[in-house]
Amino acid sequence: MSVDENTVRRIAKLARIAVTEEELAPLSKDLSTILDWVEQLGEVDTDHVPPMTSVVEMEIKMRKDIVRHDNLQKQVTQNAPQSEDGFFTVPKVIE
Amino acid sequence: MTELTKLTLAEARAKLAAKEITSVELTEAHLVAAKASDKLNAYVTLTPDVALKMAAASDARIEKGEAGPLEGIPLGVKDLFCTDGVRTTACSNILDDFTPTYESTVTANLWADGAVMLGKLNNDEFAMGSSNETSRFGPCINPWKASDSDADLVPGGSSGGSSTAVASHLALGATATDTGGSIRQPASFTGTVGMKPTYGRCSRWGTVAFASSLDQAGPITRTVRDAAIMLKSMAGHDEKDTTSVDIEVPDYEAALTGDIRGLKIGIPKEYRVEGMSDEIEKLWTQGIDWLKSAGAEIVDVSLPHTKYALPAYYIVAPAEASSNLARYDGVRYGLRVQGDDITDMYEKTRAEGFGDEVRRRVLIGTYVLSAGYYDAYYIKAQKIRTLIAQDFKQAYKKIDLLLTPTAPSPAFAIGEKVDDPLSMYLNDVFTVPVNLAGLPGISLPAGLSSNGLPLGLQLIGRTFDEDTLLRAADVLEEAAGFSAEPSKWWTEA
Repeated sequence: MSVDENTVRRIAKLARIAVTEEELAPLSKDLSTILDWVEQLGEVDTDHVPPMTSVVEMEIKMRKDIVRHDNLQKQVTQNAPQSEDGFFTVPKVIE
Repeated sequence: MTELTKLTLAEARAKLAAKEITSVELTEAHLVAAKASDKLNAYVTLTPDVALKMAAASDARIEKGEAGPLEGIPLGVKDLFCTDGVRTTACSNILDDFTPTYESTVTANLWADGAVMLGKLNNDEFAMGSSNETSRFGPCINPWKASDSDADLVPGGSSGGSSTAVASHLALGATATDTGGSIRQPASFTGTVGMKPTYGRCSRWGTVAFASSLDQAGPITRTVRDAAIMLKSMAGHDEKDTTSVDIEVPDYEAALTGDIRGLKIGIPKEYRVEGMSDEIEKLWTQGIDWLKSAGAEIVDVSLPHTKYALPAYYIVAPAEASSNLARYDGVRYGLRVQGDDITDMYEKTRAEGFGDEVRRRVLIGTYVLSAGYYDAYYIKAQKIRTLIAQDFKQAYKKIDLLLTPTAPSPAFAIGEKVDDPLSMYLNDVFTVPVNLAGLPGISLPAGLSSNGLPLGLQLIGRTFDEDTLLRAADVLEEAAGFSAEPSKWWTEA
């Protein structure tokens, strides 16, 4: 098992996904199977190979930095599960 | 009415232009067919009001002589494309009833050219899957049945709703997206044509993101010509997506000359994978013969890093997904599950909102990007990706196109692979390398399996050389003469 239950708990915390105690064992098995399988990449010597940063060789175009006054507040908050006076609302963060 | 759904996109376009039919008639015929297709579960949202309004507007423009290239053509849209005022969910619970206030660039391009929206199509949740079984709306069902079994089959994925709608004549064409094979594999499973253009050809703006360095939109249609027509409208530079390329979009239809004499077609020996069935092997050989008879030259090539493409993909794609899906936090849109504090709210929202496969991939992505593992996994995979792209580059010094099977098998039964992620991933063995290298690829129906299911062949082209790709696909389609249709079992009571 390359990913034990404690590791699953830790990455679930990092990913902000609640995982129940019962789910830890099957997830540990699933993730280990997949990660053990990708280990075969270790066979390939990549010491002098640059990592890919752009899949198609292209110059990224710059666009003009222009301030726009679209006033989209209504559209932006329209789909919020909870909002007030044009603001998103969340549980209290600061004591 | 059924006659109208039998037309190809190109035929419908000609009849509309000649005023033999109206867009309203054509659209109504497709809406009737779509409404009678519940058993297939292809549409997750049908938009008859929008469709008929757009169709009437198209008829008015045709009357005034102002028709666009896709004027009056009814299409289905994968539920991954944001559509203004129409619920868009990526078939995930976490998006709940999200209703965009904007339109994706690809669909906006289609509507600007006169196309009509029939509705939104089923897909695997966030496009993560090869069978359309991970959708929050339940699986989409393949219209095809094996001759020796009545079992429901998967339509492939992630664009299963798109492939099913087109194969069952519920739309003249459909938009789809392809991150590791999600256009081409479902096309292969349903006897349709699926085209993934070069990365950067279509704008990704307004399309729900899965893995941003791999995602690319493209069409699923019933013919290569229809794919050429649809792609021309979908493609183009967009300043809202910096990775969309600012080069001219050629007239792809004009590329269909029927002449491939002298083209050099590469056959990669590494695609002869262990356990490949005899019928796939036979179909591939048949494809080689067809191209040879049409005057192409066949060249054996080697793509030595092929076997590392899938494992590299299953690092890169989940890594990018975990980062992209961080936005679903229950604050700005979609589902929110209340919690004791903000972290508890995030965790509960994401636990309830994401399905099993999405959760699995987000966790893998989080793991390979976490401190201490980033170099060993993510950077390593990106280096492998460089090697895979170099393999193709080397090969294209000697050849113009590659010919391979699209998938290692025909469509499989619902539930057959759903509990075995690895065997599901292996479905994409022939399609994933193409995404890793950003190349254009097309799948077209080339034959039937021994139990009567469609099988596809894949052609892979050079970067931004969709013209040559479509030209050869058109010739191959003609040679294959695939005309089988699924029996219409879903309309029976």
